[in-house]
Amino acid sequence: MSLADILVLALLGGVLGLDTVSFPQAMLSRPIVAGTLAGAFLGAAPMGLLLGATLELFAVETLPFGASRYPEWGSSSVVGAALYVGASSAPPGALATSVLATLLVAWIGGWTMVQLRKLNAHWARQRHDAVARGSRRVVVGLQLAGLTADLLRGAVLTGAGLFALHPLQQIVIGTWTGRAELSRAVVAATAAAVTLGAAYKLFHAVPGFHWQFTLGIAAGLAAVVIL
Amino acid sequence: MSASLSSATPSGAVVPLGTQLAMFVRLLAVQGAWNYETLLGNGIGFCVEPALRRLPGGPEGEPYRAALARQSQYFNAHPYLTAVAVGALARAELDGEAPARIERFRTALCGPLGAVGDRLVWASFLPLCSFTALLVFGLGGSALTVILVFLVLYNAGHLALRVWGLRIGLRDGLGVARALGHPALKHMPMRLGRLAAALAGAALPLALQRVIGPGRVLLGGVLVAVIVGGLLLSRLHGRVEGWKLAILALTGFVLYATLR
Repeated sequence: MSLADILVLALLGGVLGLDTVSFPQAMLSRPIVAGTLAGAFLGAAPMGLLLGATLELFAVETLPFGASRYPEWGSSSVVGAALYVGASSAPPGALATSVLATLLVAWIGGWTMVQLRKLNAHWARQRHDAVARGSRRVVVGLQLAGLTADLLRGAVLTGAGLFALHPLQQIVIGTWTGRAELSRAVVAATAAAVTLGAAYKLFHAVPGFHWQFTLGIAAGLAAVVIL
Repeated sequence: MSASLSSATPSGAVVPLGTQLAMFVRLLAVQGAWNYETLLGNGIGFCVEPALRRLPGGPEGEPYRAALARQSQYFNAHPYLTAVAVGALARAELDGEAPARIERFRTALCGPLGAVGDRLVWASFLPLCSFTALLVFGLGGSALTVILVFLVLYNAGHLALRVWGLRIGLRDGLGVARALGHPALKHMPMRLGRLAAALAGAALPLALQRVIGPGRVLLGGVLVAVIVGGLLLSRLHGRVEGWKLAILALTGFVLYATLR
């Protein structure tokens, strides 16, 4: 992965990180989209999709409710997809290490969002009097400052994540033992268990949840057998 | 946005389509300065501002400054449904409602707009779109197909909600609370939840099969592991987040695969 690649990926991570909350929250930052876009940038959209879909299974659990702290999937999915595509020559450990790296970056990304919110509060406090006087320049300026800082946050997070984790991943997969399909199965099982728990958490109060879910599972299993 | 948006209110103040478009675009960035003290407050002021320029005296006038200061105070709601608040508050300011009344209304809006939006969008519609995309992925959809299905489906709902919110807010002003009692908003989360539950069930085995790939023979074992893990997480409901446990599990697996 060249420096130019990292810089462009960092920009993509910045844009997708911005989408998480600040602008336009169109869910471009969901892993299934962000991972695919990063994969497509590196010429491997199907690999980006595979990683993105796996991460989406985790992301179903984490919804962006107001002031709560949640993982930042936009920038982290760019890191994960780039790592996955970069490790495609060593398939046994590629998916597991890329997913783990994404989850860690997403966690750190959540922390950076909290820091950004504190920084926004600091700026707002400093300009409180001007806002109370109805200064258009200050109200618009605070908004633009927050948006710019969020874009930078995502870009720096993505660039730093790639710088730190790409070499580490190369070391880890160099010593990897075990079959690729087993590795993928462990990752898939972990992700799907999280999804199952999330589905219960989200919908257990919905009347008929168990029946709807069971019917869905039956249809899905039938499709697996038939297709 | 429909042309009906550029309508006059009973009190006669017209909000031109260009102003409404500016408000709509700004609504996409309403959370740009989100912080733990005023939350969405500055964003509301930022979004209402284009309409406030139509107050007597324009952007240099005292009514404009007083209204912008009022609208930039603390506010909290679901980001998409802030469109309702932005439209209604702009209408109230242009109609010359008493400041104290506007402030009481502003405070009263926070709770309902947050609760309705969270249930409708975050807890129902977004998971529904995710599971739909995962189902398409599991059925073998290409990268382009999967992300287009997700983005078109999600943003059709997302943008429609924002457009509806701004339109209804500008039309009804302080009477907008009636719109929040709309049966669609009341019953939709339940209906979407049922559909999402069925889609979740169907998507899981198919997506798993595609992720595992050539090792399909492992699918049975994986399904058993998923059921056990899912039941465990359901029992821990609310006490621990699954994705954090997943970090522990995957770290353990990576260490096992590299150090054994």
